[in-house]
Amino acid sequence: MTIRDIKDKLGCRQAAGTDKMLEREITGVYCCDLLSHAMAKLDHGNLWITVHTNLNVVAVASLTDAACVIVPEGIEIEEQTIAKANEKQVAMLSSTKTAAELSYEIISLLRKAG
Amino acid sequence: MGQVIIRDFDIPADDFLAAGEASSAVRKLLSQLGVAPDRIKRTAIAMYEAEINAVIHGHGGKAHVEIRGDKITIVISDKGPGIEDLELAMQEGYSTAPDSIREMGFGAGMGLPNIKKHADELVINTEKGKGTAVTITVYF
Repeated sequence: MTIRDIKDKLGCRQAAGTDKMLEREITGVYCCDLLSHAMAKLDHGNLWITVHTNLNVVAVASLTDAACVIVPEGIEIEEQTIAKANEKQVAMLSSTKTAAELSYEIISLLRKAG
Repeated sequence: MGQVIIRDFDIPADDFLAAGEASSAVRKLLSQLGVAPDRIKRTAIAMYEAEINAVIHGHGGKAHVEIRGDKITIVISDKGPGIEDLELAMQEGYSTAPDSIREMGFGAGMGLPNIKKHADELVINTEKGKGTAVTITVYF
């Protein structure tokens, strides 16, 4: 399952990253807004759901080699964060769903894909 | 790895735009050197937490990195206020970070515990009013 599959199936909007980056295979999903916690728990290739939209999100995603950041509830992502994400090659998606809905739907899709 | 690699970085004060740049550069370097991914992750987590601490609490500082043989040693030093009660600061959940920092997702009191968990060796030298130096060693 790639980032693009998730984006299309869940109707997310792409906020940062190139088309090519959406082809990356994802290894799981993690949801947390404490950056230290996310830093320690995120695995490479994970989708990370967080309501934070500041620059540190890009640093944490980049350092942990997360596949993609998904910002829920249509929360606006700061311009400088999008610029930094593009620079660091971190894909970002935006969704109107809640973090709980996103987690449930992504886990369901991942399980179905086996 | 027979060679010794030394890198120095400035950590600007209160600059979240640059926070993580040093850790990011070290991560890339270790990756190029072919260090095992779990060792790189441990190093990156420990260094990033220390770097963020220097930005939040230490008015910025410096990172000195040495890679020699089978280990990396990172010294993050600042000229901030020092840590008043180190034993307390090492406890998970204890934080002196202001609300503005908490709103960014930091200040959960996990920084130092996270460093301890991911470093193989951790030495903290701190003096009230003088600053703090955090020395992190990770073996490959």
